[in-house]
Amino acid sequence: MSTVDAQLPGVFYRRPSPDEDPFIEPGSVVRPGQTLGLIEVMKTFNEVKADRACRVSKILLDDGDEVDVGQTMFEVDEP
Amino acid sequence: MSFLIVRSGGLSTTVQDTGRDGRYAIGMPPSGAVDQYSFAVANLLVGNPDGAAVLEATYLGPELEFTDSRTVAVTGADSGVTINGEPAPPWQALRVSAGDVLAVQQVRAGARPYVAVGGGIDVPPYLGSRSTYMLTGIGGFQGRALISGDQLPLGEPGPAPAAGTEVPEELRPDFPAATELRFVVGLCAYRLTGRALESFLSTEWKVTKDADRVGYRLRGGSLEFVEREQPFGAGSDQANVVDLGYPVGSVQVPGGDEPIVLLNDAVTGGGYATIGTVISVDRDRLAQTRTGGRVHFVPVDVEAAMAARQERRARLEKARAAVAPA
Repeated sequence: MSTVDAQLPGVFYRRPSPDEDPFIEPGSVVRPGQTLGLIEVMKTFNEVKADRACRVSKILLDDGDEVDVGQTMFEVDEP
Repeated sequence: MSFLIVRSGGLSTTVQDTGRDGRYAIGMPPSGAVDQYSFAVANLLVGNPDGAAVLEATYLGPELEFTDSRTVAVTGADSGVTINGEPAPPWQALRVSAGDVLAVQQVRAGARPYVAVGGGIDVPPYLGSRSTYMLTGIGGFQGRALISGDQLPLGEPGPAPAAGTEVPEELRPDFPAATELRFVVGLCAYRLTGRALESFLSTEWKVTKDADRVGYRLRGGSLEFVEREQPFGAGSDQANVVDLGYPVGSVQVPGGDEPIVLLNDAVTGGGYATIGTVISVDRDRLAQTRTGGRVHFVPVDVEAAMAARQERRARLEKARAAVAPA
């Protein structure tokens, strides 16, 4: 198991816009570069991307949760 | 001409110098480094003249490739710094050669790292300054934040402190869990009820995600204004006054909740009551406070603000002496 940690402080979102589906669900297998979520800071939405192929086992934040630098957002396993 | 290759821009990395002072009357905010102390020390470490342009990043620094030999230094927020993947110390003169890659990673504490390069970032000055004003897209490098592939022109470097020269620990900023901001009450504090001003000063405010070079929006309480029949031109909201100039650092409270501290890229005037002004020295500290961070305000008079400015100047001279070539 490893984790994906926030590089920016801000507000976390699981979906591209309020009426769209989340980028991923627990159990999703993602490819490198795939978007996992967004962090809003300074009026910009910054994409959180997978740095390698993996399976997202846990999503630790909900839409609108505040997040700080270094905080764990996702737990991931090898696919 | 020498230049620097931007491999990755980091987050909101812009060219900044002392600022575009003296243009407030035409509605032009000063811009410039929001943490002026870290900015000035970065230039000292690479042997630049005071006021040379540097890079200011926010939360996540840039990755830069050099095309010749230079001295470089990273100050400001506590960030991981690497050269060609090997850890490199911040607050220290570092020597790089053609092909070397400097990376400034995410911040561990603070909000804004500064990168100074010997010779300075030599973008053309606009209205007397190389600072970027992103809202209108002027100054700096094409008026915007850096992106990968940009090539930044560099000036001719002068004599620099020897590689390894460092700023003593006690002359580096600290990043407390709650930042104290000294604050001169006014210009429109009379618009708040006495209880509201007390409550403003006793509240620990939290920095929201809307915190950038334009201003910091805070959350944590709400403030009552004195009821009155609004004068002509002030609008109906009790938080409004007839238009006035906004001092940089002034605090306004649109609607009574969520105070906003205006910073270097803010509009220069408008009709919100400004209940006080953060002293210039403590804007350095605010600039290093990040989203989710906490601040509180301590009232001081103008004499105390001027004394704090003298202290910062003395501190800067100490840093200058500490890094000066023997």
